[in-house]
Amino acid sequence: MATATDTPATPPPQHTIHILPAPFTHSPLTLLAQGAEALVYRTVFLTPHTPCVLKYRPPKPYRHPILDKRLTKARLLAEARVLVKCRKDGVTVPAVLGLDAENGWMVLEWVEGGSVRGVLDGWVAGGGRFEGVEAGNGVWGLMRRIGRAVGRVHDIGVCHGDLTTSNLMVRTGASAVRGESEGPQTQTQMQRPKRLTPSALREAAMTSDAPPVFELPPEEPPPPPSKAQSTSDLEGDIVLIDFGLATQTVQDEDRAVDLYVLERAFAATHPGAEALFQEVLRSYGESYKGGRSVLRKLEDVRLRGRKRSMLG
Amino acid sequence: MIALGLEGSANKIGIGLISHPSANEPPIVLSNLRHTYPTPPGEGFLPKDTAIHHRAWVVRLIKQAVRQAGVKIEDIDCICYTKGPGMGAPLQSVALAARTLSLLWGKPLVGVNHCVGHIEMGRAITHASNPVVLYVSGGNTQVIAYSAQRYRIFGETLDIAIGNCIDRFARTLMIPNDPFPGYNVEQLAKKGKNLVDMPYAVKGMDASFSGILAAADLLAAQIDENLPLEKRLKTEDGELVTKADLCFSLQETIYAMLVEITERAMAHVGSTQVLVVGGVGSNKRLQQMMGLMARDRRGSVFATDERFCIDNGIMIAHAGLLEFKTGVTTKLEDSTCTQRFRTDEVFVGWRD
Ligand SMILES: Nc1ncnc2c1ncn2[C@@H]1O[C@H](COP(=O)(O)OP(=O)(O)OP(=O)(O)O)[C@@H](O)[C@H]1O
Ligand SMILES: Nc1ncnc2c1ncn2[C@@H]1O[C@H](COP(=O)(O)OP(=O)(O)OP(=O)(O)O)[C@@H](O)[C@H]1O
Ligand SMILES: [Mg+2]
Ligand SMILES: [Mg+2]
Repeated sequence: MATATDTPATPPPQHTIHILPAPFTHSPLTLLAQGAEALVYRTVFLTPHTPCVLKYRPPKPYRHPILDKRLTKARLLAEARVLVKCRKDGVTVPAVLGLDAENGWMVLEWVEGGSVRGVLDGWVAGGGRFEGVEAGNGVWGLMRRIGRAVGRVHDIGVCHGDLTTSNLMVRTGASAVRGESEGPQTQTQMQRPKRLTPSALREAAMTSDAPPVFELPPEEPPPPPSKAQSTSDLEGDIVLIDFGLATQTVQDEDRAVDLYVLERAFAATHPGAEALFQEVLRSYGESYKGGRSVLRKLEDVRLRGRKRSMLG
Repeated sequence: MIALGLEGSANKIGIGLISHPSANEPPIVLSNLRHTYPTPPGEGFLPKDTAIHHRAWVVRLIKQAVRQAGVKIEDIDCICYTKGPGMGAPLQSVALAARTLSLLWGKPLVGVNHCVGHIEMGRAITHASNPVVLYVSGGNTQVIAYSAQRYRIFGETLDIAIGNCIDRFARTLMIPNDPFPGYNVEQLAKKGKNLVDMPYAVKGMDASFSGILAAADLLAAQIDENLPLEKRLKTEDGELVTKADLCFSLQETIYAMLVEITERAMAHVGSTQVLVVGGVGSNKRLQQMMGLMARDRRGSVFATDERFCIDNGIMIAHAGLLEFKTGVTTKLEDSTCTQRFRTDEVFVGWRD
């Protein structure tokens, strides 16, 4: 058979571990994820008991340095601005604790819990089936909360830009809100005291003689959880993370593309969950005033994306 | 088993014969012929004329391919043809040839999805077992990963295909179409060194290229040699921006977008292998950038050369034969074509 041209020979891995810029050069770091753009570490910030996430965007060697600098800086700043705006307007996102755009890093509040992706995979591993889920199952509630969370963020004029089930977290642990709050976001929910502002965080860390933070379970719970376990995993606030591609916009078009990206991520990552995803859209449509017209726009975007003519 | 493959979804007609000796042995390419409908610089190809071209060449190429393969008609197990996606008239003209052969020789037909053809061929040639696939061609831009018997589309273009963008860009700059516009842009880009700002549009695992095209039109007008010197586009250092600089900037921008959406899909599905298929995948700069990205993820990139990247008959024969071996054939009355045929519509019965 013909020989494969294994490309302009892929250079061997040089630096599997990046040297982090100060002040993190000597911090205790646990790599959580190598996302598309960022290396995401768990570490501590300000006090040895304050767990946090360090998001570092190393230069991309494949990208032209000018383009790389432009993109990295713009995205980091945009991400931070959007996070701050979300917090201000009552959307549940991690707080920004520190940032250096020139050197490509940002420190975020630690969110206890797992990604929706992990939760859904866990639910399937625990015996859940996407087809024909009975009405009372907690997974419907999860879908509704996702729909509302996305609706909320759109309502305040932000489009996420990279909605996948990895970028939606379900907050668990003592602080998670148990049970499901039905209906559109109420005033009280919006004004629910914000968790862990930087100062509250600092305070908590200083006053508690709490145990050190370092042995935390991995983010995506690998052992298939028991049924009971997986049900409780479905509860908890939806926290949106990873705003690296977010934009501030109120255009139906942008919002619809956001939903389209999520819809496709869902279809691709969780085969069989199409009916469940309809529930995300339904609750999205009800979650704020502009929701319905975005759903109509989504139909156009689908047609364009999926049935594009070959001739462009 | 031996299959004959016929491909003609765009401006190239490709005929090939492949043999799958046994389950554990790699497939053998017996012959792989292609002819491209030539168009002058600045012009694209129209479906009607392309179909005429394919009709004029199909018999000649089939005869030659069978002769070159050194097989007898009796040895051929099935006739595979491109069912779609692609341009209607060219697809139909080649499907007609396939039906004729099927009746004439009494062989079963297998209708093949063009995109799946690209993917399976790439996998066979490179031995990439379960890669994230970047499929980039004149008509398609998709980021694909396999899961549960389907090739699922994680990301794609929100407007025009990457190859279409490159080809139209080349037309604007009057860069020749022969052998491929993208190839000529690649050669010119090697002489460019100044990076000109172009719209960089990535949304999650999707990308958009129409903005680039609009910008390219404006930029091309600004480097016109007939413009007075003071009106011409210059770099910050006062250097005149050249055609080569524009090609360079185009490549740096759009290929970075492709690598980025591929990397995002790899991060998302947790894969370290990436396979690049489709005509644009033969671009060396794209392959190099992909390699650098994969290296940082401790992974590897797989790519094939122009013979298997650019549309060809072999890939149709190969994917068709894989399907044939699972017992699937296309009945004569179902042997239609379709301009729209999504990658994820195909049931992939031959993979675990
Ligand atoms: N604030 C947080 N608290 C806990 N875990 C987090 C937090 N932020 C991120 N993570 C974990 O790290 C992973 C990667 O983070 P994130 O999605 O922000 O980066 P990324 O995917 O690399 O970003 P990008 O897509 O811009 O490259 C998440 O999927 C999540 O598991
Ligand atoms: N070296 C190269 N660099 C970049 N682009 C290239 C190169 N060689 C060929 N191309 C581009 O590849 C495209 C043709 O690829 P291919 O034959 O796979 O696709 P197609 O028939 O146009 O579309 P499809 O695969 O969607 O049917 C053209 O856009 C051409 O310019
Ligand atoms: Mg992410
Ligand atoms: Mg092709």
